[in-house]
Amino acid sequence: MWRDTVLVAGKDLRIELRSRVVMQQVVPVAVLVLVLFAFALGPDRAPMAQAAPGLFWVAVLFASVLAVQRSFALEAADGARDGLRLSGLDPAGVFLGKTAAVALQLAILEVVLTAGVVVLYGSHVRSYGSIVVAGLAGTAGLAAAGTLYGALAAGLRVRETLLPFLFLPVAAPVLLAGTRAWQVALGIAGHAGDVDNAGDPWLRLLLVFAAVYLALGVVIFGPLQEAS
Amino acid sequence: MPTAVLLRSAVCVTGRFPALAGVDLAVAQGEVVVLEGPNGAGKTSVLRVCAGLLPLADGEGTVLGCDLRRDAPALRKRVGMLGHAAALYDDLTVFENVRFATRAAGASLSGVDAVLERLELGGRVRRTPVGRLSAGQRRRVALAVLMTRRPELWLLDEPHAGLDAGARAVLGEIVAEAVTDGATVLLASHEPQESWPLADRVVSLVGGRVVGERPVRGAGSRGEAPELRSVPGGVHVA
Amino acid sequence: MNATDPKVEPWSPTATWVVRGLGLAAAVAVAATVWLGLWVTPPDQTQHDLVRLVYIHPPIAWVALYLAFGVAAASSVLWLWPRTRSRVWDRLAVSAVEVGTVFTALTLVTGSIWGRPTWGVWWAWDARLTSTALLLVLLLGYLAVRRVPADPDSRARRSAVVALVAAVDVPIVHFSVNWWHTLHQGATVLNANLSPTIHGSMAWTLLLGFVAFTLLFAWMLAIRYRVEVLSELLQDSQLDVALHERWAEGTGPVTGDPGVAPA
Repeated sequence: MWRDTVLVAGKDLRIELRSRVVMQQVVPVAVLVLVLFAFALGPDRAPMAQAAPGLFWVAVLFASVLAVQRSFALEAADGARDGLRLSGLDPAGVFLGKTAAVALQLAILEVVLTAGVVVLYGSHVRSYGSIVVAGLAGTAGLAAAGTLYGALAAGLRVRETLLPFLFLPVAAPVLLAGTRAWQVALGIAGHAGDVDNAGDPWLRLLLVFAAVYLALGVVIFGPLQEAS
Repeated sequence: MPTAVLLRSAVCVTGRFPALAGVDLAVAQGEVVVLEGPNGAGKTSVLRVCAGLLPLADGEGTVLGCDLRRDAPALRKRVGMLGHAAALYDDLTVFENVRFATRAAGASLSGVDAVLERLELGGRVRRTPVGRLSAGQRRRVALAVLMTRRPELWLLDEPHAGLDAGARAVLGEIVAEAVTDGATVLLASHEPQESWPLADRVVSLVGGRVVGERPVRGAGSRGEAPELRSVPGGVHVA
Repeated sequence: MNATDPKVEPWSPTATWVVRGLGLAAAVAVAATVWLGLWVTPPDQTQHDLVRLVYIHPPIAWVALYLAFGVAAASSVLWLWPRTRSRVWDRLAVSAVEVGTVFTALTLVTGSIWGRPTWGVWWAWDARLTSTALLLVLLLGYLAVRRVPADPDSRARRSAVVALVAAVDVPIVHFSVNWWHTLHQGATVLNANLSPTIHGSMAWTLLLGFVAFTLLFAWMLAIRYRVEVLSELLQDSQLDVALHERWAEGTGPVTGDPGVAPA
């Protein structure tokens, strides 16, 4: 399974390197979303800085839908999906490989968005450690759940509208937890919660989410592939 | 001789449409069988069923000893399919595509260069992204992918379409070699001139069912196409 | 399954009687709850008559969140597990989700009605309402996947995966939304308002409410299951018709006998 994971992740990333779709299209769209939020909330920086954590994660969520769709569009071209099923690859390996590729792309996107938030909204990062952990855990969870649903919707004619409709509600806890964790990291008070230690339960939630969906995906991806 | 493919009253449905309406087919190991029939008769569906890609809605099927209802995943890696679509990654080069498929199948990379040379995919073509190749070249890459996996059952869907005369000749040699190595070949084709010389038997499909079959005169007389006569709905041997 | 069967029976006569009995029991129990809830039990000190919603809102919520979801998730697992796979579980799952959707929507409506006089707004981001709203969207997602045209096996597969992913998400949503709220002082005050002290006849009525709505759920589940069985029978006979047409492609006039190939 791990060998197949590396193989599939490598293939997906190599294609991304050649075609640069995520880097040249998805990342700009996400940054554009940040800019649009500024139009909606501005021009004072205060409300933007206050809302920055939530806006960041909303942008990440939308970008993850696009990234997952792209991941499965790779196979949709010219019947490659059949090729993947015939290839003899372990389905769990395919799942983890695709998830890893999507997660890596999202991670790069998040670095760019973090810079965007700091620059555009004037946020100050107090604790880089929790940002990194929250980002990694949240990204892993989003990539896992997204890949699972992406596989489900792949090949269906309604996939473009079905995937967001299925994925976004499931991803809502990540939005919630990620935002709270970021609030702590950026030193923004919630409402009545105290700032310093309150980040822990949220980080734990993100880790649980990631663990649960990675495990579920590994187990269920095989049976799911059987749907023609 | 052990049976490679056995389908009994196989019914397969795509959406609501019964692509196969009760197919009975038996193919022995090492045989080369050509499927012929009008468009929409179900030839591609038979191939996909044998690949384990299309589930059975009714009836039974056993391919390479695997029951199609229960063991389809285990079957798939032992089967090689050359479909209408090339099933390749456009952004990767010829070599990268073949290498990915070979590694995925767990096969050794040692024979890849030879295969690519044989199919005229060496040199500069080897490093070209598949998306930039002509349709015929893509077909050849797909064939290379199939060959490096060394499957026990070859499923070829209109393999001659898009190949020039030279490539067709090479295909004939490749099929003959595969059979000598013990593979079984199932071929769907509209071109009797090309496919019948390779075949042991021709099976006719119409309306999702087998309507007849005929042996090609003697396994030793490959290369001597029987006299052909066209009638509506298919081609018949004189 | 012959398309010329004159009468279609989705299940045995015993089952029909059981289901009828279930329906009757449900009707009686719900009627009793309504009677007790509206007339017999006393109004609450703080909430007055509004408290009567406690006899239906928590029971409906329990059915939606635990019963319907639980049945849907368990059936999906049983379907996906190769050893226990059977069309029964797929039918049960879709029935549970559809009935569950109705109950979830009702939970939101009754919760909103309850909150309106107290909070002054039709909707507040109360922990439970928010989780329930998300749950509703998850259920709608299942129904959307169900609508995609596909063969029964693929459809059952995809639906089961959606149900499982959603089921796994439910506790996570629950915890995250609850934590979201315990950090908000305002919301805890709101929650306290909606928990009346329950004793005496109110307790019995509440218990009856739970029983009544559970029975109602069971009955609706059975009816929906029956509809699913009938729908499958219809699809089977439609497939028969399609097969006959397909054979006609090859052989000319329909002979009606699938086993014989023409000479």
